[in-house]
Amino acid sequence: MQSLGISVLFKGMNMQRLLEGLLVTARIAFFSIIIGSLLGIALGVIWTSKSKWIRLICRIYLELFRIIPILVWLFIMYFGVTTALNIDLSGEVVSVIVFSLWGAAEMGDIVRGALESLPKHQVESGKAIGLGFWDLYRYVLIPQAVRRMLPGAINLATRMIKTTSLVVLIGVIDVIKVGQQIIENSRIEVPTASFWVYGSVFILYFIICYPLSKISRKLENKWNG
Amino acid sequence: MKTNEVLLEIKGLHKRYDEIIALDDINLNINKGEVVVILGPSGCGKSTLLRCLNGLEKVHGGDIRYRGKSLVNNDVNWQEIRQHIGMVFQNYELFPHMTVIENIILGPAKVQKRDKSEVMEQAKQLLERVGLFDRKDSYPRQLSGGQRQRIAIVRALCMNPEIMLFDEVTAALDPEMVREVLDVILGLAKQGMTMVIVTHEMSFARAVADKIVFLDKGRICEISEPNEFFTNPKTERAQQFLNIFQY
Ligand SMILES: Nc1ncnc2c1ncn2[C@@H]1O[C@H](COP(=O)(O)OP(=O)(O)OP(=O)(O)O)[C@@H](O)[C@H]1O
Ligand SMILES: [Mg+2]
Repeated sequence: MQSLGISVLFKGMNMQRLLEGLLVTARIAFFSIIIGSLLGIALGVIWTSKSKWIRLICRIYLELFRIIPILVWLFIMYFGVTTALNIDLSGEVVSVIVFSLWGAAEMGDIVRGALESLPKHQVESGKAIGLGFWDLYRYVLIPQAVRRMLPGAINLATRMIKTTSLVVLIGVIDVIKVGQQIIENSRIEVPTASFWVYGSVFILYFIICYPLSKISRKLENKWNG
Repeated sequence: MKTNEVLLEIKGLHKRYDEIIALDDINLNINKGEVVVILGPSGCGKSTLLRCLNGLEKVHGGDIRYRGKSLVNNDVNWQEIRQHIGMVFQNYELFPHMTVIENIILGPAKVQKRDKSEVMEQAKQLLERVGLFDRKDSYPRQLSGGQRQRIAIVRALCMNPEIMLFDEVTAALDPEMVREVLDVILGLAKQGMTMVIVTHEMSFARAVADKIVFLDKGRICEISEPNEFFTNPKTERAQQFLNIFQY
């Protein structure tokens, strides 16, 4: 029966549907990581402000995402905010918004940590050659911080990719949802379908996440070498 | 090389860190072409004084004037002033992610918006002068401490400053590398660069200085010619300080 089991993946349009689901997952993850990183860098720079109030606001923003589960954020956005504001957003767009805001919060914390770990004399020697605020960040601090925060940022990216599996719950047809549909349709003929389908979902996630950690290790070696 | 034109005028300068009084009623003039060496025991305020001169510390009283323009109000454009008053620190403070040449041309290119080929030409001349042109594509971590400090000096010089501030630039170096860095500074003195130097190298201080300023507990104890200071200091405190350096 095992040889029959694996055939469930290739029956009809199943493989194509799985890959389409994967594309949705990848799309949400991709845009969220890009937008979240850019917002996160801005947030991290603001976070290093000397003002106690600005630091507090940044901290509260981060804690909101740590305390309230991402699933609840998805529900608030998808069912709450869209009705309250009377706008119509697809589940995928809502997912990108929520994941971007979450990514920005976590990324901001990573960027802040990296900036604060840089030696103080880097700031002073930048100032001493006349660099202004923006040039100091752009040419001196951010490039060095990026090197330090890379492991944390990659870790965050893989966490974001994995957490996209929650989007099923606001009706987005991602790779997991497609997998469930395939399993349900073929449960009678192929009792081991769930093994094969979830097995391939596992491999598909691995295919997205593995290159990320590979790239990060490459860059780290390059910068340390 | 000392002229009569006053570049920096420090009057009644006062600076504190919470309760600690770091500088108290400092009065000092620095003329164009003059080399002023600041000496004094650890914690007497030497670094603080230099840092006040290019705006890294906020002052709490008195006045600093550069070419007659006050540097102690809130609307001073420090970005502009720092192009005229360069500073080199004790720590190797090159930017580790940039090559030597990138370190050097960052300020001239991005702050002063100068023509790239002109800056490169100047950088080349300066690097040749300190004997490091062949290292222009190295990263700071590939250089020795002495080499890094010479590059840091070149980086500051490439901005064409009118005054250079040196804060114990050899203090973190192995003894055999001190000389190569001090020689560069001595060369600058011969060319007539205006400099304020903090150092613990006494024979260098004597050789390079037009004027020795001796600080103690945030105050100026005495200002003397170098020969006079080293052979016959005016104050008891300075004599005690000099005795430390004799075995
Ligand atoms: N950021 C700071 N916060 C609090 N106190 C400080 C700070 N920087 C310096 N001080 C204090 O101000 C005084 C002067 O310090 P400064 O660094 O100017 O001394 P220094 O003469 O350069 O000493 P050294 O020869 O050890 O470098 C010292 O008492 C020091 O403890
Ligand atoms: Mg000092």
